[in-house]
Formats: sequence, C-alpha cells, structure tokens
Amino acid sequence: MMKELLKLLETNAKLTDSQLSALLDLPEEEIRKEIDQYEKDRTILGYNALINWEKVDADDCTAYIEVKVRPKRDRGYEEIAEEITHFEEVEAVWLMSSSSYDLAVVVRGQNFREVSMFVAKRLATLDSVTSTATNFVLRRYKERNLLIEDPEKDERRLYGLD
Amino acid sequence: MIDYHHFLSKKALSLKPSGIRRFFDLAAEMDDVLSLGVGEPDFRTPWLIREAGIDSLKKGRTWYTANAGLVELRNEISKYLERRLGLEYSPKDELFVTVGGSEAIDLCIRALIEPGDEMLLPEPCFVCYDPICRMSGGTVVPIVTKEENDFRLTPEDLEAAITPKSKLLVLPFPNNPTGGIMRREDLEPIAEIVKKNNLFVLSDEIYSELTYGGERHVSIAELDGMRERTIVINGFSKAYAMTGWRLGYAAGPAPVISQMLKIHQFAIMSSPTTSQYAAIVAMRDCDEEVAAMVKEYDMRRRFLVEGLNNLGLHTFEPQGAFYVFPCIRSTGLSSAEFCEQLLQSQHVAVVPGDAFGDCGEGFVRISYSYSLDHLMEALQRIGRFVEECRMKSAGA
Repeated sequence: MMKELLKLLETNAKLTDSQLSALLDLPEEEIRKEIDQYEKDRTILGYNALINWEKVDADDCTAYIEVKVRPKRDRGYEEIAEEITHFEEVEAVWLMSSSSYDLAVVVRGQNFREVSMFVAKRLATLDSVTSTATNFVLRRYKERNLLIEDPEKDERRLYGLD
Repeated sequence: MIDYHHFLSKKALSLKPSGIRRFFDLAAEMDDVLSLGVGEPDFRTPWLIREAGIDSLKKGRTWYTANAGLVELRNEISKYLERRLGLEYSPKDELFVTVGGSEAIDLCIRALIEPGDEMLLPEPCFVCYDPICRMSGGTVVPIVTKEENDFRLTPEDLEAAITPKSKLLVLPFPNNPTGGIMRREDLEPIAEIVKKNNLFVLSDEIYSELTYGGERHVSIAELDGMRERTIVINGFSKAYAMTGWRLGYAAGPAPVISQMLKIHQFAIMSSPTTSQYAAIVAMRDCDEEVAAMVKEYDMRRRFLVEGLNNLGLHTFEPQGAFYVFPCIRSTGLSSAEFCEQLLQSQHVAVVPGDAFGDCGEGFVRISYSYSLDHLMEALQRIGRFVEECRMKSAGA
C-alpha cells in the first residue's frame, strides 16, 4: 500500500494528506507518519517542480555527457563521482554499465556555449577524467512521465448519458 | 413544403428528446469546458485487444460473421459467464453477440413487450429502456430507488408497482447514474417476488466488472430458479474500455434468445467483425488490465466522494460503475439550474439527475472516468461555484 503512496506523490507531489487519505483509504495520521518517515530516511528526496525551461528561455541548454574516468585504487568511482556532483551546473550523475564510458553526467546551462565551456574547462580538466563526449539535447518530448507538448485533447463528447 | 409529420410515426414523434441537448449547445460556445459528463472510460482499450483487432484486419478478416457472432467469441463468453457467475450458457443457442449492450437491451424489450404490457423500471437509470418500451407499445412503470436505501430496489417498492399487466422487470445494476448495486441478499427477495408473479427479468450488467469495496457483482440469474427467467446483458464497453468498438452480448434461455436473435438477423446481420476478434482476447487475456482500471477508478471514487462531501454536497458512496451522484439540494437550485449555472460560471459540465428519470431531480451525475488531475481541477471549480451559490442565498 505504501508503494501506492509513493507512486501517487511521484505523479503529483501537491496532493494533500487528506486527499491522499481518501485516495488510499487510510487514516490521515497514518499517511503523515509514513511521509515523515520517508522524508527522514531520504526515500523521498524532495519535491521539485518539473519546469519546461525552454518556455522561459529558448536558449536554455541541456547536455548528456559520457565521461570516462580512471577509478581510484581505494575509492573506485566514488571520489570522482562525488566531485562532479558538487558542480552547480550538474543535474544528475550516474555510474553506468557501459563498455564505452563510466559516468553519465547531465549538465544544464543558459546556452550552448555555457555548457560547452563547462565541459571543456571544468569537467574535462578533472584529474581522473580521461575523456568526455558531449551530447546536446535538441528537443524534449517527455520528462518524468509528463508530455512536454500539451497533452492530447480528450476526444470524448462533453456529455453522454450512457 | 413537405409536411414531414405526415410521414413520421406518432410513436417516434412522441418520444422525449434527450434531456441534455441544450447543455451541449451551451457548452459548444465555450472552448475551455472541463467535462465530467461522459459515460465512457478515459482509458484506452488495452493494447493486447487493439492488437488483436489490427491483426484481424491485416489478415483481411473483413466479412460478416455468423449472425450470432464468431463461434470462438461465443465460446469465450460462455466460459466467462461460467467463471464469473457460475452459470452455464450454451454458446450454440443461449447467447449471442450484439452491437453494444444497447442493442441487446433493444432486442430483449422488443422480443418481450407488446401493447398492454407493463415494464417495471427502477429509476434513476440509463435512458434507453423507457423509449424502447414505448416504441413496443408497452407501458413503463417507474420504481423510485432512494438514497436512504443505497439506491437499491427494495422488495416493498417492487411489490407495490406490480399489476396483473406486469411482465418485465429491468434490473440496471450496478447502476448508471447512482452507482448503487444489488448484493445477493438484496436480490433474493426480489427473485422470490419475480417468481411468485411470473415476471421476466432483463438484467443489464454492463458495469458488472466495476464494483468496489471487495464485493464482486452478483447476477440475479445466479439465484435459484432465475436463470430460466432472466436475460443477462453485458458487453465490452465499460470493463475493457471498448465503447467505440460497439460490442455486447445477451445470454438467457434459448426460447427468448432465439427470438432476439431473429430480430438481430433482420436489423443488424452481425456485429462488427474486427471488434469480435478483438473481444476474444479481451475475454481471454485481460483480467489483469481490468483489475488495474478498477483500482484506478476506485481511488478516484473515494477522492470525489470525500471532496464533494467536504464541499457540502451530500454524496452517497457508490459501490459500482464510474459515477458519483451528489445531492445538490443544499444549493437551493434544481438539477437543471445547477448544471446550467455551473457550466456558465465555472465551465464544468455535469449531467442533471432528472435526465435519468424524474426522481433524479435534486441530484447531478458526475463521472470519474477522468484523470486525477482533471478531477482535482474540476472539484476546485465546483467548490467555487458552491461558494457562489451560498453567497447568493445568504444575500437574498
């Protein structure tokens, strides 16, 4: 049942405790207790708005960067991965199972140039990084389960008695 | 100028037009209407089913089928009825495939009702039984189901409506628009009255898969001595989200089924072939898909009941279908006024309860075959509207 709670919050973090209580047929207090616990143990990491930044600024730019690194003898990939997370421009860092690269890094900047410069000057120059390959996002269609364009129009009639 | 009235039958002319046409016209002038008005699932037909339809087209299976429907589909329906109701219907002569549940309703009433007969009809209910009965020359005897009885048909109300002319009892449960259901213990005394008075039953079970609170639908045909006096009508529209495929079926005793099938042969020939191939897969492989949809409906149902009650619109907790039927009397408006003003003020479309029978006055039907986000937004708008009503009546 609690997986249901997380799924609902994942789709809409704005649901209130009382709405969640109705949806899941559980007492409000129980819902609150669970959410508090999830927040405390970082099962729920946070509540972000999903923003279509291109609507705000057409130049807004995201890149997916394949990073090859030399792992450290004692700490493997942890040290370099952590180092990369510290950059404000970096939205996500994942260790990948791939034959061609080790870390996937998602970088966002105000424009193409800013992202390129970040990769060239800050990311590629890190000691453990041996190479980078930058892939720029041209167009988004779907993010976190949501369509970027206006969702399809409901083709059903407005009224029906059946 | 041709006088068309000269040509048109008095029976056709005497039928009342649908009670929602004017709302359609009003809504057509707005471009941001948030509808809660439809009676069909928002889900798409499960992919497996669509694929089976596409596959049949690829193979060029585009001919008529047997009048009664594909043998394979009839076999699957028979198995389904055994699985769900524990009843055996021979796919040979005790069931056949129709164009939606609606056609089966039409055939059943036409095969049974003739001038002088009375048809007992629990209301509020779906709108087609009444005009079909009238077209057949029968008389409709409405039986009001009440919220205090969870919108069930009570034995007392049924008995009070029976006359020597009573022939057919319609059982529209799970009910559109109230969401009321009939449990086994509710059906038992009804079955006794039906047998005592030698009535026949049309059991419209189109929402049978959509029940909530852990209780499975029970058909009156399951009760002792009732299989032989009941036509069970069901279809694919609601459970499998297949409204546009237009496919249903009727099952019952062979002497009645054969007469219904005769009319079907003349009027329809056979149900859509593509849909029939798709429906085989629906019956056979889609229990999980149905369960997932029911789970989603159930959440929305609880969400709306709670939300509407919090707004001060007293709302019965429905046990079936995908509608809630809130009482709107606290706003001081009639059903039609409520719907019209809600549409004008907040651009939200709901259906007036009296469209489903006079006793639906004081209620509106809200469908929850919409996404949760859609329902949340609609609930907010309804909340604003109810507040407006309160301000007005406080000022008056």
